[in-house]
Amino acid sequence: MTDDPVRLYRTVRLIRRFEERAIELVRSGHIVGGIHPYLGQEGIAAGVCAALRGTDLVTGTHRGHGHVLAKGADPARTMAELCGRETGSNRGRGGSMHAADFSIGVLGANAIVGAAGAILTGAVWARRRRGDDVVGATFFGDGAVNEGMLLEAFNLAALWRVPVLFVCENNGYATTMPVQGAVAGTITGRAEAFGMPAAVVDGQDPERVRDATAAAVARMRAGGGPELVEARTYRFDAHHTFEHSVRLDYRPPQEVAAGRERDPVVIQGDRLPEATRRIVDAEVEATLTAAVEFALAGPHPDPAGALDHLYASGLVARTGGG
Amino acid sequence: MPRLSYRKALTRALADELARDSDVFLLGEDIRVAASNVTAGLLKKFGPERVIDTPLSEQAFTSFATGAALAGLRPVIEFQIPSLLFLVFEQIVNHAHKFPLMTGGQCAVPVTYLVPGSGSRTGWAGQHSDHPYSLFAHVGVTTVVPATPADAYGLLVSAIRCDDPVVVFAPAGALEVRADVDDLAPVPLGRGVVRRAGDDVTVVAVGHLVHDALAVAEELTGEVSVEVFDPRTLYPFDVDGLVDSVSRTGRLVVVDDSNRSCGIAAEIITSVLERVRLAAPPRRVTRPDGAVLPFAPALDRAVQPGRDQLTAAIHLCMKDGS
Ligand SMILES: Cc1ncc(C[n+]2csc(CCOP(=O)(O)OP(=O)(O)O)c2C)c(N)n1
Ligand SMILES: [Mg+2]
Repeated sequence: MTDDPVRLYRTVRLIRRFEERAIELVRSGHIVGGIHPYLGQEGIAAGVCAALRGTDLVTGTHRGHGHVLAKGADPARTMAELCGRETGSNRGRGGSMHAADFSIGVLGANAIVGAAGAILTGAVWARRRRGDDVVGATFFGDGAVNEGMLLEAFNLAALWRVPVLFVCENNGYATTMPVQGAVAGTITGRAEAFGMPAAVVDGQDPERVRDATAAAVARMRAGGGPELVEARTYRFDAHHTFEHSVRLDYRPPQEVAAGRERDPVVIQGDRLPEATRRIVDAEVEATLTAAVEFALAGPHPDPAGALDHLYASGLVARTGGG
Repeated sequence: MPRLSYRKALTRALADELARDSDVFLLGEDIRVAASNVTAGLLKKFGPERVIDTPLSEQAFTSFATGAALAGLRPVIEFQIPSLLFLVFEQIVNHAHKFPLMTGGQCAVPVTYLVPGSGSRTGWAGQHSDHPYSLFAHVGVTTVVPATPADAYGLLVSAIRCDDPVVVFAPAGALEVRADVDDLAPVPLGRGVVRRAGDDVTVVAVGHLVHDALAVAEELTGEVSVEVFDPRTLYPFDVDGLVDSVSRTGRLVVVDDSNRSCGIAAEIITSVLERVRLAAPPRRVTRPDGAVLPFAPALDRAVQPGRDQLTAAIHLCMKDGS
C-alpha cells in the first residue's frame, strides 16, 4: 500500500510549520501554558495516519498536535484551541494537551502518560462489537512503557484480540530521563511478552513508518490482534516550551545537533521535485497564515460558561461562591 | 533579614533533612536536573544514592517508598503534577496508610509525598490543575498546605520527621511568594495560626488563598474587622485554635480551593458548629461541585475561588444575623 509521497510531505510540513507558528504564539503570550513541541517527530504521526482510514480511531499524547493534524483535524480550529478560543476544536476548554475531534476519530490527546492506550483499546473493541470495521492507533512515548496501565492495556488488547496498533515514539528521553536509565529490557520485548508482534522502525522516515503501519493494519483488518511499532526518533526542541526560558542540562549539544540532522521534513521533501515542494510549502504557509488569523480572531469563551459540558446528563453543578 | 522564596524554602528543608538524617532520600521524576527547581543543587550535594530519578512508574515507586520505609528509611517523593496523586491514591491509602494498624503496630510508614505546584497552573488545563487535599484529609492521611515560605520549610521538615505518611501540597499560587524569614524552624503538624487579628469575622483560608484573604481583609479595613486563620495542616485539623478565634468573632467564612461537595470547607464549618453558636450562618467559597478546570484562562479563573467572591461572602455573613 502506498500513499502519495506529496501528501505525506504535505503532512510533515504542515505539522512542522504548525508547531513553529504555535511556538511564536507561546512567545507572544497568545498561547498560555506553553506546548510540548512535536518538532522532529512529524514523520511518525504522518506515516501512521497515512495508513489509516478516516473512520479509524486514534489517541494522542501531551505532545499531541501532530497526531491530531495527521488524522485530518482542521489546523485553524486546532490553533484556535491552543489559543483558548470559543472557535477551537474543544471550544477552548481543552487546550494543547487535550485537542480532540471525534468526528475524524481523534478521541483526544491525553495529558497523563500511559493512560490513553487502554481507552483506545476499549473504544476499538466496542466499535467492532457493533459491527464497524475499524482499527485503532495509540501514540505514546518511551516514558509510557514503564507505566503499569499501558502494560495492562497490552494484555487486554492481546487477550481479547483488539486490533490496536501501539505506536511508541521513542525519542530517547522522558523529559530529562534517558531511555537507558529507565527501561529494563526492551520496548519491543514488552509487546512480545504478551504475544504481540513488534517491530522497530526508523521514525524519521515517514514512508517507512507508513509501510510498517500499513503492514500491521492489513494483518489486523484480516483478523489479527494488536501489534506494536517502536518508531525511533529524536525530539528537536524542548520537552516543553518552558525549557526555552529555563535551561535544563541533560542532552549534550553534540547529540542534539546529530539528532537534528535526520529531519523527516527534509527526508520526505527530497523525494519530491523542487517545484512540487515549493508549491506544497506555499500552500502550507497559506493554510497556517489563515489558521493563525482564524485563531486570533476567535472570541474568548464567556466565563459564565465555565462549567458548560461538565455533565453530559444535564446535571447542573452547584457553583463555588459564598 | 534574608528574603526567602517559598520554593527555596522547600529546597532548604530537603537539604537540611538530607544532611541531618542519612535515612532520608528523595525519589521522583526529573529531580536530578531539578525540572521543578525544588531539588536544585541537591544531586551535587548529596549524590545519586540520595537523589534518585525514577522511570515513569508512579504506582510502583510510591509503593517502593512504602517498602523502603518499612525497612527503616524515610523517603520523600516529589510528584510533578497534582493529578498523579489520583494515580497513586491506592498505594498511599490502601497500603502506606493501612500498614501500621493492619500489622498490629509492627511498622511505621514515614513517607513524605511532596507536590510542588498543586492547584491551577494557568494554562495546564483539566488533567494538571487539581487540588485534591480534601481527599487525603478524608482518608485520614496527614495533609499539610503551607501558605508562607517559613511554613513551607517548617512543615516539610516536620512531615519528613513524622512517623506517618504525610502529603505536602505546595500550591502553584504560593510558590513564588517571598518573605523575610528570621529563623527557619520546624512547624508542628496540626497547629493553625492567626495571620491577622480581627473582631468581626473569622476567615479560614487554605494555602495560597491565605494571601488572598489577607488582601481582602486589608481592603475591608474600617468597614469589617477580619481575622484570618491559616490552618496549615488540614488533617489533623486544629479545631481548638479555630474555635478560639470564632468564639471571639462569632462569624465564620471559609475559602478553600477544593470542590464544594465533601470539600474541607464543609468539614471545617461542621467542626466549628458542633462547638460554637454563630451569630450568622457560616459561608464558604470553593470550587464548584465536580470542578474540571477548563483551559482558557478566564474560564480557569472563573472556577477557582476569587477575592470578589470572598468579599461578597464576608458582606453576606456580616449582614446576616445583625
Ligand atoms: C503519569 C504521568 N507521569 C508524569 C507526567 C509528567 N510528564 C509529562 S510528559 C512526561 C515525559 C513523557 O515522556 P515520554 O513518554 O517519553 O514522551 P515524550 O515527552 O518524550 O514525547 C512526564 C514525566 C504525566 N503527565 N503523567
Ligand atoms: Mg520520550
